[in-house]
Amino acid sequence: MIRKIFSSRAFAILTILFALLIIWYVAAIKLNMPWQLNAYERAGIENWSYSQFIKDTLNQDRPVLPSAHQVFTEIYKTTFLKKITSKRSLIYHAWITLSATLLGFAIGTILGIFIAIGIVHNKVLDRSLMAWIIASQTIPILAIAPMIIVVLNAIGLSGLLPKALISTYLSFFPVAVGMVKGFRSPSNILLDLMRTYNASKRQIFFKLLWPSSLPYLFTSMKVAIAISLVGAIVGELPTGAVAGLGARLLTGSYYGQTVQIWAALFMAAILAAILVMLVGLVEKQINKYMGFAR
Amino acid sequence: MSESPVISAKNMSLIFQTNDGPVHALENINLDIFAGEFVSFIGPSGCGKTTFLRAIADLEQPTSGTINVNGMSPKEARKNRAYGYVFQAAALLPWRNVEKNVALPLEIVGASAKEKQKHIARTLKMVDLEGFEKKFPWQLSGGMQQRVSIARALAYDAKILLMDEPFGALDEIVRDHLNEQLLKLWEKSNSTICFVTHSIPEAVYLSTKIVVMSPRPGKITDIIINTLPKERPLEIRESKDFLDIAHKVREGLRASHSYGED
Repeated sequence: MIRKIFSSRAFAILTILFALLIIWYVAAIKLNMPWQLNAYERAGIENWSYSQFIKDTLNQDRPVLPSAHQVFTEIYKTTFLKKITSKRSLIYHAWITLSATLLGFAIGTILGIFIAIGIVHNKVLDRSLMAWIIASQTIPILAIAPMIIVVLNAIGLSGLLPKALISTYLSFFPVAVGMVKGFRSPSNILLDLMRTYNASKRQIFFKLLWPSSLPYLFTSMKVAIAISLVGAIVGELPTGAVAGLGARLLTGSYYGQTVQIWAALFMAAILAAILVMLVGLVEKQINKYMGFAR
Repeated sequence: MSESPVISAKNMSLIFQTNDGPVHALENINLDIFAGEFVSFIGPSGCGKTTFLRAIADLEQPTSGTINVNGMSPKEARKNRAYGYVFQAAALLPWRNVEKNVALPLEIVGASAKEKQKHIARTLKMVDLEGFEKKFPWQLSGGMQQRVSIARALAYDAKILLMDEPFGALDEIVRDHLNEQLLKLWEKSNSTICFVTHSIPEAVYLSTKIVVMSPRPGKITDIIINTLPKERPLEIRESKDFLDIAHKVREGLRASHSYGED
């Protein structure tokens, strides 16, 4: 019984979690200590006990590193205790970012698939396009995001779409690269087989290339959806956006609200995990439908 | 013979251009194959037997000379879907079950649902796989997978069956069984079969005509007419006639191929 508990997956996960929390708290005490000592000195408090000191260190208003309970209290307060429509609700901000993420991800995935189709069907595109695509990803997104926003604003596009397009800029890449590989995955024998049937290009694509590439599509989409979220957050930073997780990070850093920053970061991480999981679930269903599930 | 051949090659040569210079895969091939024949191609690796099969199927194009299939160029024959091709590997689509795999060529031809149903039932019966319609390839043994691929090659009722070492990857027991089945199937379907193999007993057991080939450049060195009766139980392989023909094939292979070179 005891051995079963020790070897269970939940136990392993909890152990790691526990270790991380310990590291977190030790780091929080260490990093916040100087400010606390300073504060005591300024206030003229001399007879502080160690337990009081640790308690104060872990509950500062603007700590260098907020402690875990501060971050989770903040998340709890801003998700469950606030109305969703409130500007202080983290759900509201998460939704703003999520909508840009999903739109950008959808456009990016479709764009990536079409680029891959172009590359595998056209020799000129094959030779020229890939180098440009790779070059596009070497430009730091933080540098190009403000320019995309400014240029799109100048032609009258604002709001959701510019942010989504930054997500697209990041997310089309893994899809395009993965799908090129996927479309080229069928063996020569299968391509010869289609040739003996005198199959048209269209039939070869829909009956052989597309189904063969689906495993690659889902792997790429898992990467793409996570960086779509990063893209949407980055897209909110340079515009001085008033809403979204990026905006929360920005206002948090303006006013030294480290707890707010960390809460937004955790929200982003949770969101990313949920999105990747959702893609995984869809993948599982498709695999089942295609007879891959064993 | 008075009737015209189904497949006819005249002075056919095929040269591959590779980075190491040209490779003469086939040189001066002259061969007629008539309706209803079972022709085996045998020879060491690199003798061009697979290349010849691929040339019939228009998967390779001869560099010089001609080859005709049903009196047409291989390309026209391919467009008319004159043949079914069975590859070395079963090459089934893993996301399609048995019945959908057999239906693939029918879908491409644009057959109606009723026709598809009819041909699936007919061909799966021929390869003895009734009841496996809904199984996926990974649920089948290697031998069963290859039988599905034979059913698929027969699906649109082509009169020519091209088989490229279809049983090469299977163990001998399964192979014997499939050879026996293939003979029955050939009798029932009345088709012309071209069969590439490495195995002398397989060639002798199956064919009416054995084409012995040699490499560098690939050419035909001997054509042996198999005089065994059409009715061939597995035991025939112990008979004197069988062994005599096998001996002839072995002699042909040895004469054409000096093993010292390798």
